[in-house]
Amino acid sequence: MAERIILPGVGAFGTCISQLRASGLIPALEKAVLVERKPLLGICVGMQLLADRGLEDGVHDGLGWISGEVRALQPEGLRIPHVGWNDVQASGLPGPLSWLQGEQAFYFTHSYQFVPAAASVIAAVCDYGGPVVAAVQRANIFATQFHPEKSQQMGLRILEEFLRWSP
Amino acid sequence: MRDTGNPVTNGRIYDAQGVDELIFLDIQATDSSRGLLYETIGKTAEQVFMPFCVGGGVRSVDDIRNLLRAGADKVAINTAAVENPGLISQGAEVFGRQCIVASIDFRRVGDQALVFTHGGKRATGLDVLSHAVCMAELGAGEILLTSIDRDGTMEGYDLEITRRVSNAVDIPVIASGGPGTLQHLVDAVEEGGASAVAVGSLFHFTDQSPIKARSFMATAGVPVRMQV
Repeated sequence: MAERIILPGVGAFGTCISQLRASGLIPALEKAVLVERKPLLGICVGMQLLADRGLEDGVHDGLGWISGEVRALQPEGLRIPHVGWNDVQASGLPGPLSWLQGEQAFYFTHSYQFVPAAASVIAAVCDYGGPVVAAVQRANIFATQFHPEKSQQMGLRILEEFLRWSP
Repeated sequence: MRDTGNPVTNGRIYDAQGVDELIFLDIQATDSSRGLLYETIGKTAEQVFMPFCVGGGVRSVDDIRNLLRAGADKVAINTAAVENPGLISQGAEVFGRQCIVASIDFRRVGDQALVFTHGGKRATGLDVLSHAVCMAELGAGEILLTSIDRDGTMEGYDLEITRRVSNAVDIPVIASGGPGTLQHLVDAVEEGGASAVAVGSLFHFTDQSPIKARSFMATAGVPVRMQV
């Protein structure tokens, strides 16, 4: 049995959620994450899938584990997708990001953003034509819009912290 | 063509130097080189923790999937984007547009800038600007814009065409082909309007490094990642 779960993501919201459903893994994931409270790390689309719904190419139901909606980024005067390294500021929630002081650059590549229903789940933000949620956290669920696995030393630190995390 | 060594080793060194992204192009992609490419990508992805774009001979959604499975984060599509532009939209639909990089090679021909495919060998007659706009509309997430005339010359990027393309699309444009000095990198961003700069020869054949480049660009006022 897995002790921790990573939900990575490359892809469009609709395709990812329908493939996840088709895989038949969702009941097992729900049991592990919602009942047994095993730590979950969502990355990029893996973070977005946690929302109630995604608005990429139509409206798709998400997992609904962290309440919110995934909407198109619309930064005035800036390019889409938001691609590249951007500074991230942690909100101070105890968890895999609590070591992060000041601003640190992580690698982003996305055209949609997680807009949570409650500000209390926001674990970090970045600025891209306005504040964009860079990480969310609720109970045993932690997720980043950026890619820790592609963010060199600082990203590997987050993965280490996640492995050590006891929510 | 010059051999610059093992791609996996080069990738690892660039990772240590805090390069922002790695681009691998298998410029002589053939069916028989496919297996070796997947193996190289896999070995590189195991050792390199940064964004990793791979291109060369991508013809189908299955090719894209195989490259991503091997460890690529993004796939650059060049010849197939001209012959079958629908591949760009299919790829974007399945894998997200952040995954699909339209790689455009162009040459100056008279007073025109025209798209070439097949590793720069075949003329298409397409205007680089209208092709770039088409790629963005179909769902490409980035444009890797290479001047064949400048590639490897170290004379500097083609700033005029870079500027025209970056003005015409709202997705990021990566300038490629020609930098020979660190000032050329600054010029690509400031005069060319590029979102990022691709560098090959400058790092392979001179004593310039990504660390020097980053510091030079920051001093010139270009926003770059400083803590690496």
